[in-house]
Formats: sequence, structure tokens, C-alpha cells
Amino acid sequence: MIAPSDTLMPVTPESRAYSVVPRENAAGHQCLEVSLGPQHPSTHGVFRMDVVVDGETVVKLKPVYGYLHRNHEKIAENISFIGSMPFTDRLDYFCSMTNNWAYALAVEKLAEIKVPERAEYIRVIMAELTRLINHTCLVGFLLNDLGAWGTPLLYAFREREKMLDLLEAVSGARLMCNYMRFGGARCDLPQGWVSKASEIVNSYDRFLDEFETLLTGNEILIARTQGVGVMTAAQAINASITGPMLRATGVDYDLRKAAPYGIYDRFSFRIPLGEHGDTYDRYYLRILEMRESIGILKKALAEIPEGPFCADVKIRSFKTKPGEVLSRIEAPKGELGFYLISNGGPSPYRYHVRPPSFINLTLLEDMCLGSKIADVVIILGSIDIVLGEVDR
Amino acid sequence: MNPEIFIVRFPEVQYHRASDSYIIPHKYVPEVVAFLKEHPDFRLDMCTCCTAVDWLPETNVTKRKVIENIDGKVVERIEEVIEEKPQFLETVYHLVSVEKKHGPFVIRIRTKDREDTRVPSLTPYYRGCELQEREGFDLFGIYYEGHPDLRRIFMWEGFKDFPMRKDYVEPDDYEYEPTPHDEVLQKAKRHYPSPTP
Repeated sequence: MIAPSDTLMPVTPESRAYSVVPRENAAGHQCLEVSLGPQHPSTHGVFRMDVVVDGETVVKLKPVYGYLHRNHEKIAENISFIGSMPFTDRLDYFCSMTNNWAYALAVEKLAEIKVPERAEYIRVIMAELTRLINHTCLVGFLLNDLGAWGTPLLYAFREREKMLDLLEAVSGARLMCNYMRFGGARCDLPQGWVSKASEIVNSYDRFLDEFETLLTGNEILIARTQGVGVMTAAQAINASITGPMLRATGVDYDLRKAAPYGIYDRFSFRIPLGEHGDTYDRYYLRILEMRESIGILKKALAEIPEGPFCADVKIRSFKTKPGEVLSRIEAPKGELGFYLISNGGPSPYRYHVRPPSFINLTLLEDMCLGSKIADVVIILGSIDIVLGEVDR
Repeated sequence: MNPEIFIVRFPEVQYHRASDSYIIPHKYVPEVVAFLKEHPDFRLDMCTCCTAVDWLPETNVTKRKVIENIDGKVVERIEEVIEEKPQFLETVYHLVSVEKKHGPFVIRIRTKDREDTRVPSLTPYYRGCELQEREGFDLFGIYYEGHPDLRRIFMWEGFKDFPMRKDYVEPDDYEYEPTPHDEVLQKAKRHYPSPTP
């Protein structure tokens, strides 16, 4: 084995991220190194940031990953294709439905399975419900990080409970749904589910109005978030940032439109875009995205046809054709992808997850440098990470 | 996106039919990436997914019939043809264009073999590869030359092996378990003459 050579070139992009750790500031005063995490509540899990502060200003920040690493990929390479379906729930435990869908999509591409009409509608409904759950909770958590203890979070959780009841009625589980299967879904929607879901979806606009009355024009929220954690469009594209983070910088890139999967090409919806790429834009963009999701949900719930909910796939001794595939979907946090290589055997030869929240952390240091240490917490909160997906 | 322009411009690049991707020799990496980023037909400005694959050596044994003429006698015998596929690690980059909304365009960079695992890094061109290449280094042991911050990312520092390699063997020695049983007990017995508790 050859060790990394000494000639490892230092790269000097415009970013200041690769500078050395400063021990003193310009005036000769000592800097303080603070370890933020891994048990800190604002890190949303077990995530650590080594922050060097000069007074209260951040001069260096190094994220430390791996506290929740369980080598998901290695496990998936040693079990059958369907065996890793429940494990995908545990990646981003807020959005298990979209994780299931991305994985099912990859295997369906490999095995050339055609998904029936009703199943496609069920998938869109589940994915958009997940988006509502994720974005509502994110706003709640972000405000929690800002110091609005409890109130917005509990408003968010009140609405989330209603939607978790829907997921429970469908799949039997509130968080770890394990609902999608290759070729469709595990079971059909229960009786009366569609009307119950329509009720919740129809009243959701009203909840968002209530939420926005509290937050959007709030002076403290504006003062704390505008101009904080700014990222430019060029930086974001170069650093593979996706999802609401990318769109907050004004880049029009949503996979539901750019590379449509499922039946998203049948729905008409708008893609909200930010302007400044700061934390406030990221907050407000998610509210606007939820409003578009409600439109998609209303149409899907009204149009869902009768028919089989799953294609006829023999799951026992399931094998795919040899080949490789990358499925990409627009998960609530960004672009979620599953990269599979199959050699025709019962388990994938290579299984890789392209996690949105992990890659969205690339620019964390660049966004935080120069800001106050209290802002680090809300910048991290606005990125929207789930550590189950970051560490895998 | 017309791949023919790319093939004409870089005849050294090899097309991999099975995966619809292009294998880039190490010394052409800077040129190829600059071309893909700048050419108005491609404009691949984002590296969406970067991952590594471990290819173990494969031996294909095929049998064929050989008819020989030895001293006027026609002898028919079956000969075994042993075909060895080379072993290497490779990094797969999926490049997409946000501007033109096309892709992914897949390029692969292979290491020489499974011992000499140095490859050029794409992080200087695509910042998004930074964490993903660190992951490739951590779990596969690929040294990305030119990466500004190549450290372990998920495994702890001081961990010796590369767990995502296909020939990785889990260690015999587990951390202390108060009441070992079944397989773990067997392993513990093998390891310690008399297992603790």
C-alpha cells in the first residue's frame, strides 16, 4: 500500500476552507477552540463541529462525521435486494417514503419493471406528504434553534401528527414505513383513506397561513436570518448542493421538472426560487414549496385511479439483469440517488447512496466563517440534515 | 449532448459499453474535465454523485475443443482457456449540467491495481467531490492526489483497514461483551484461552 505522497498539492480555490487553523488573531490574542456537539441539541443528532472562535466570531470550523456510521452500503451488498428496503427507512428517518421510492426506482430500472398507474399515484401522494412533514418540521426546528422554544415546533408537530396518522393507516408504522416495493407498494390504501387525506390536505393552506402570520414577517426572525449564511449560485452548483438549498440561491433546478421520474410530468406546479441565498430565503422557500405540494396532492388525490397497487413481481429469489443504474429523485432535502451495480446475482454487487444532506454540508464552513457562533447553529439548522443519512 | 464530439476530441478515452460510460486515463483527467465543463454542448457544471467500486480479480475458465495432427494421427482433446480479468478500484463520477438540464454523463477513473491506488482527484474542479472522495479514501483506500483535505471521514482515526473492499474480513476480536454467546463466544474462545466472564 502506498501512503499519500508528500507532494499532495494544496489546492487554493476561492474558498477559505483549506486555510490552517489559527491559534491567535491579528492582535495577538488567543483564539478559543470549542467542540460543538456531538450531544448538542442544535446539531440534530450526533454531529460535531470543531469551531475556532476569535471572541465570538468564527475563524475556523471543521465538521466531524461518523458518529452514526453503520456501513449501510456493506450490509446492503450482503443481503437480498428487498432486504435493504427497510434499511433505507433508517437513512433519513423523517422521509422514509422518499427513501423507499428512490431505492425502488433504481431496482425497477435494473429489472425493467413497469409500475401500474395506481401505484404511481400512491407514490406521488406519499412523496408529497413526506415533503410536507419534512418542511413543516424543519421550520419548527429552525425556530427552536433561534430560541423560540417550543411554540413553532409544537405547532409543526401538531400538523405532523395528523399526517403521521395517515402514514400509519397505510403502512402500519409512523416513521419507518417500509411501504414501497419493486413495482408498486406493499398494500393498497385502506378504505376511506383518500377522503381523510383530502380533508387534511385541504385544511393545510389554512395552517400555513397561521404559521406564516407568526413567522414570515416576524422582526426577530428577519433580524436573525437575513444576510446570514449566504451562499452564491456558482458556489452552490460547484459544491453539488441540491434541493431547497440550491434553489434558495436562485438556480432553477428541480429534478421533478429537470429529469421527471414517476408521473410528475403530468402535474403542473411552480418551482419557488430564492434570491439572496441566505437563511431567510431558505426558510421562506420551504413554505412556498409546501404550498406547491398541496396543489400536487389535491390533484393526485382527486385523480387517483382504481387498479392494481403493485406489479406482479416474484419477490422470492428476486434477481435483476446485470448492469448499473443511478436513480435520482427530488427528496425533500435535495437530490437523493441510489447507485446500483448488479452482476445478475441475488444481491447488488455495489450499492451506494447519494445522500443529499451529507453533500449539502460541503459548504458549511464557507457559510459560517466570519459569522457569530450563535449563527452557526441556525446555518446548520437551515441546511436541514438528518444524521442517519449523513453518516450512513 | 453529443458524445461523438467528445470521442473525436479525446481518442484515448475508452468507451465502456456495458455501463455507458467513459474510462479516462490519468494523464488526460485535467484536459477532459476542463473540456466537459467548458464546452458549450456539455457544460457539465455539477458532479452529482461520486463513488468507488472494488473489482476483484475474476478468472473465467472456458473449455474448447482442439484438433491436432500429431505424427499423422488426428487427436482431439479439450483445452482449458484461463482468462484473467484485471483487478482494480475505480471511481465513478456522474456529471450533470444544471444550466442545460441534461446528464448524467458518467466517467470512470481506474487505479493501476489494488495496491497502487493513486488517482487524480476531481475536487479542484468540482468542490462537491470533497466529502465524497474522502469517503472513497476512507472506505476503499483510494488516494486522490490533489485532494486538499484527504482524511478518514466515517471510520475513526487509527483504523487500519478499508471496510468497503470486497475482500475485507471483519476482525476476530470484538469489543468487550459482558455475556458472549453463540458465534461471538466461539470467536472469543479462539482468541482468549479462557474467555472473560
